[in-house]
Amino acid sequence: MRLRCAEELLFRALMVLSTIAVLSGLLLIIAVITVKGAGALSLDMITRLPTGGYYLGKEGGLLNAIVGSLLLGLGATACAALLAIPVALYLQHDYAGRRRWANLVRMSLDLLWGIPSIVYGAFGFTIMLYLGLRASLLGGIIALTLVELPIMARAMEEVLRMVSVELREASYSVGATRWETMRAVVVRQALPGLLTAILLAFGRGIGDAASVLFTAGYTDHLPRSLLDPVASLPLAVFFQLGTPFPEVQQRAYAAAFLLLALVLLVSVCSRLLTRRLSRHAVK
Amino acid sequence: MSHIVVEGLSVRYNGQPALDNVSLEIPDRQITAVIGPSGCGKTTFLRCLNRLIDTMDQVRVSGRVLIDGADIFAPRANVISLRRKMGLLSQKPQVLPMSIYDNVAYGPRLHGVRRRRDLDGIVQRCLKMSSLWEEVHHRLRAPATGLSVGQQQRLCLARGLAVEPEALLCDEPTASLDPLSAQSVERLFVELKSRYTIVLVTHILRQAKRLADYVVFLYMGELVEHGPAERVFNNPRDERTRKYLEGVIS
Amino acid sequence: MGVSIRQGSRLPGVDAAPAVPPDRRRGELSPQAVGSGRLLRERFSAALITLVSALVGLLTLVVIAALFLRSLPILRQHPLPELVTGTVWKPLAGQFGFWPFILGTLWVTVLAMVIATPVCLLTAVYLAEYARPSTRALVRPLVDVLAGIPSVVYGLFGVLLIVPFLGDDLAPFAQRHWGFLPWLSPGEVSTGYCVLAGGIVLALMVAPVIIAVAEEVLESVPAGAREASLSLGATKWETVKHVSLRLALPGLVASVVLGFARAFGETMAVLMVVGNVAQSPRSLFDPAYPLPALIANNYGEMMSIPLYDSALLLAALMLLTVVLVFNLLAEAVVWARKRAGQ
Ligand SMILES: Nc1ncnc2c1ncn2[C@@H]1O[C@H](COP(=O)(O)OP(=O)(O)OP(=O)(O)O)[C@@H](O)[C@H]1O
Ligand SMILES: [Mg+2]
Repeated sequence: MRLRCAEELLFRALMVLSTIAVLSGLLLIIAVITVKGAGALSLDMITRLPTGGYYLGKEGGLLNAIVGSLLLGLGATACAALLAIPVALYLQHDYAGRRRWANLVRMSLDLLWGIPSIVYGAFGFTIMLYLGLRASLLGGIIALTLVELPIMARAMEEVLRMVSVELREASYSVGATRWETMRAVVVRQALPGLLTAILLAFGRGIGDAASVLFTAGYTDHLPRSLLDPVASLPLAVFFQLGTPFPEVQQRAYAAAFLLLALVLLVSVCSRLLTRRLSRHAVK
Repeated sequence: MSHIVVEGLSVRYNGQPALDNVSLEIPDRQITAVIGPSGCGKTTFLRCLNRLIDTMDQVRVSGRVLIDGADIFAPRANVISLRRKMGLLSQKPQVLPMSIYDNVAYGPRLHGVRRRRDLDGIVQRCLKMSSLWEEVHHRLRAPATGLSVGQQQRLCLARGLAVEPEALLCDEPTASLDPLSAQSVERLFVELKSRYTIVLVTHILRQAKRLADYVVFLYMGELVEHGPAERVFNNPRDERTRKYLEGVIS
Repeated sequence: MGVSIRQGSRLPGVDAAPAVPPDRRRGELSPQAVGSGRLLRERFSAALITLVSALVGLLTLVVIAALFLRSLPILRQHPLPELVTGTVWKPLAGQFGFWPFILGTLWVTVLAMVIATPVCLLTAVYLAEYARPSTRALVRPLVDVLAGIPSVVYGLFGVLLIVPFLGDDLAPFAQRHWGFLPWLSPGEVSTGYCVLAGGIVLALMVAPVIIAVAEEVLESVPAGAREASLSLGATKWETVKHVSLRLALPGLVASVVLGFARAFGETMAVLMVVGNVAQSPRSLFDPAYPLPALIANNYGEMMSIPLYDSALLLAALMLLTVVLVFNLLAEAVVWARKRAGQ
């Protein structure tokens, strides 16, 4: 009996310690980045382009990376949504008449979800070579779309599936077609969840570095067309950290902080949004 | 032999009362049937007796349950030995994810029985007590999930008996069984009551009439009436009990 | 209906879609019943949806095929076993030995999993079985949010905190006191950019993933099984050990395998802290050069060297293959389990 209680206590202690270790480790990350990054942040940092080259120039800010990341993230999220919504609809019972096909698509999404983003980067680059593109905003958007698509499609599928069969059948029973039912009932009912899925994918996309490394390139300037190379926040961290100059490294810290803040903001927003919007849905 | 006395027991889920000031004494070595309409607090009552109620979130329990004179809700009460004393048979048979043999040996092993021969003896004795031995003795190593539902329920009974409890708490133990299996479980109860105090929650009035020596009638968390089976069934004192027995409220 | 990384994996019980009997499948109306405009729209949308889904369904194959075709040139010149076991990496001399990179990937990933698995599983058990609901309600969204932190942020954290700690404090300490342990004593002076730094950063990165999935698996263990064990007088931990963990085992394995696959392909965070020296590490304090880092550092440049880009895409193909195999494995575990449960 004594022994059994001791075992219980031992494992309970181990569990509490593990939980504390994990949480404090993760919170430590946020704290370190915030302290380092907030100190490096200034108005110049977010409103000016770097001068004298991002790698060597000690003056200027991160505007190129901020704008670039937003363009990449928004573009890729829009593209991914255009692809993910049909796929998520297809995976509903209403469309996937033959379950076998639906399962194949679902499995493909599962596998795509697991593919490392560096592989998407390499794949995207070979596609670009094939099309004769150079590192550009367009290339970055293509690669990021591939990264975001499985995340978004799977999240959307789950959300759509929560719309009850009864509700769909209520629509069918008044003579609506599948398309009308999807548009008017299912998508509307699942709207908060769909937006959350989009935000989730946006947050994931904007922070991804490996996929844009070769496809979007890096530059000091703002892009003037889809075919210009473009900077991004994750790469701003990566490249500028590698310089020997502390002034330039400051830009890396600031970029990391901005990135972290952006991702956390998106994540919190999506949570609040879900809570706010789902009040209107039929429970 | 443990003696169960309930004094002023109240339970609230999230502030919603589920049991309200229940006081009664459960007679030893008899079958006590707890009856009442759905949601009246029967399961809650049963879960108080072995403190499984602790595993639920947001419950508040007040009052006392005395077993052999000791309050089981006292801060220093030993929950483990209490649960060992009060065997539980749930509505859906819950076999553990292991072989038939290990299911029965699970409890004794926890409580320190290590020797192979002892375990074999316990397993055989308990399976015989729950009249399952004939059916399974040649496949004790097979996974317990392979048994039929009725056999699973008897296995759960054997598993409960293996830790040498003093009382058996049964929550609608025949609800998910076919009529024949239900009959065999009922027969077991009659055999077992000479050695164990049995608290039987049931929805089936006829089952209560067949088995019970003592009856407790709960209605919306309130203890309406309790007494010897014969008296309660033939001569209910409370209007609500009479209506329930006549099938007017259910 | 929160969307979270919990949906990143298919789990037993989680995706039990209500099956609709075929006769109640609706919406495929006869032309007479619907106006022709509506019918057209219905047909058109269905075709579009099917088309896009087919493309996405084929995408996996396209990625594999593209990488395979592009790595064919090098596979034609050098047999695969030679490439995999070769230890010399001199692209200019036409020597492409992947072994140091493969070894580097394995060191870092396995180390990360060795650190992360026990801690994460204990945390998941704590959250699912022990923690108060209020604690759980606080920690769970936190874990989800943390899962979304970009990898460069983890990498920067490693550079700022872990690398200096390892290089300045732990490595000298290990050199002095752990000399007798083969893996734990740095051969020469360590800069802190090493296998251990990569392992720690990776472990932190995969922790939220493993915890979220494992916790969900544990919570799907039916309460009845737990109660049956408790009511026999088992302690809480005994119940966890003999019942919950046993029932959740396939899902827990899947969670760890998913974490492994994630760690295996992770690029930036590792790249930033692991040193990137093309040699086989001999201790935790030696630098390593994992496959993803190899691709990230070199692809897109020096494309004029013959076979170089083919070699790098072969590296990508290797990564992809391992990750796909592990993901399939995780799925098979869950799937087999579901089968057995029926
Ligand atoms: N976990 C819980 N949280 C909140 N309320 C609960 C919980 N469990 C039970 N209740 C409520 O407590 C009351 C009593 O429930 P209990 O399960 O004891 O009823 P019962 O008599 O066993 O019903 P049945 O015959 O249907 O099994 C019910 O009103 C029920 O809704
Ligand atoms: Mg009940």
